[in-house]
Amino acid sequence: MSIIKFEKVSYSYPGDELPSLCGIDLSIEKGQFVAVLGHNGSGKSTLAKHMNAILVPDEGRVLINGVDTADENRVLDIRRNVGMVFQNPDNQIVANVVEDDVAFAPENLGVAPEEIRRRVDAALKQVGMYELREHAPHLLSGGQKQRVAIAGVIAMEPEIIVLDEPTAMLDPMGREEVISTVTRLCREKGMTVVLITHHMDECVNADRLVVMSNGHIVADGAPAQVFSQVELMESEGLDVPDTTRLLYELKKEGVELSLEALSPADCAEEIMKMLRG
Amino acid sequence: MLKDITLGQFFPGNTIVHRLDARTKLILVVVYIAALFQATGWISYLAVTAATFSCMYLSRIHPKNMFRGLKPMIFIIVLTAVLNIFYTTGTPVLPGWPITWEGIERAVQMILRIILLITGTFLLTYTTSPIALTDGLEKLFNPLKKIKLPVHEMTIMMSMALRFIPTLIEETDKIMSAQKARGADFETGNLIQRAKAMLPILVPLFVSAFRRADELAVAMESRCYHGGEGRTRMKMLKMQFRDWAALVIGVGFLAMMIVMKKFGL
Repeated sequence: MSIIKFEKVSYSYPGDELPSLCGIDLSIEKGQFVAVLGHNGSGKSTLAKHMNAILVPDEGRVLINGVDTADENRVLDIRRNVGMVFQNPDNQIVANVVEDDVAFAPENLGVAPEEIRRRVDAALKQVGMYELREHAPHLLSGGQKQRVAIAGVIAMEPEIIVLDEPTAMLDPMGREEVISTVTRLCREKGMTVVLITHHMDECVNADRLVVMSNGHIVADGAPAQVFSQVELMESEGLDVPDTTRLLYELKKEGVELSLEALSPADCAEEIMKMLRG
Repeated sequence: MLKDITLGQFFPGNTIVHRLDARTKLILVVVYIAALFQATGWISYLAVTAATFSCMYLSRIHPKNMFRGLKPMIFIIVLTAVLNIFYTTGTPVLPGWPITWEGIERAVQMILRIILLITGTFLLTYTTSPIALTDGLEKLFNPLKKIKLPVHEMTIMMSMALRFIPTLIEETDKIMSAQKARGADFETGNLIQRAKAMLPILVPLFVSAFRRADELAVAMESRCYHGGEGRTRMKMLKMQFRDWAALVIGVGFLAMMIVMKKFGL
């Protein structure tokens, strides 16, 4: 069974003429690292907000582990299971001390004090912020704040983490910190990760890449496969990795090669193969 | 300028004052204020000053930090002093002068009283983390839930407000720099002109504060916040022997002050 399942989901914000999501069908399997790519207004954030019942579909339904998000009695179950990290780190940190902030979610869930302590320490160690547990959050760097926010959701021990443009306000170093942290959580802890972003380079390591445009899914597949549809990506105003770009330009010149090589090493091999003929 | 705001600041530490339960400290501050207002003579003022300084010493808070918090209050302190000097009747310092010996004495006592009042209460916020403080308040006011007072909501609002003070100060600084870069002038002109110049700061600040509040609410809901019901705490407040001892000392001190007042000391 898919851990996240969208069935013909449509949603429009009150007062908006055009729907933000139109008939989305999407299933995400447990343990997958899924990146959702799209330019501003493509509906990718709206998609994310449907995953933990902040928004409920106008039509269709969203199932998290088989539980319908429209079921008001199960909202807490769903939110406990789907940790959500947002764009602005300042606006999601609720406490003046790092460890108190991480404790916020388990406190809300009524977890016993000793168990909260254990979870907070474990979560902070997983994101590499344990040494700074007694710091004031406003003195941390953007990347560190965002890692605290991630720790704050892992303390709920969710199966799924949804990150809504977590790197949009960070410098390159902070972006790298955040992306490597979530990648590790997925690979080592088997968490299902949904990463919403508009940076194509953050999608390269994902298992699966979903491209959204005007409330529709326009491409869905392994990153190499999706990026190889260069014309489609360009028409959506999205960039493709340099490696894909190189192969694409070569192919346009009439050279026979496959576009599905993402890493520089794979790309070099592909070109070598072509040269050897 | 904005960096001077010390309201709600907390200096982490591990002294006996830091380790006291937040509830104990809250009660002690009330007792302290009550005791301070019993002081009438110089001996009783000396007693309160000594008590304040020994607490400050025990907390290992640097006096510099203590007095930094007084800076914004200087105007009020000076004003009270001046009024007291001129408006107290008694024997004039020089014949025909409006200044009296009694006035000077009153003024000095007034200054002392305000300074002690501020430092005493600052000692509370300096040594208690905002979370412990609001937890303590919630616990203390818990009985009022019976008369349908939203105690939990009030305390969570307070802790959020404390949490966002540094963020909003940073934002104000940013907006001010942006407006200055575009030629705004905050430093010259009379009071009204300067107040008007503040408007281009306040409007964006308000807009962004509301946007923040909205995002914060969504983030809190995403982390399963659903009111105070069934909430637990990682750091449980627990009254220890030292808390009861501190309370006994505090109440004893208040009793002593009342007795001293009776004897006019």
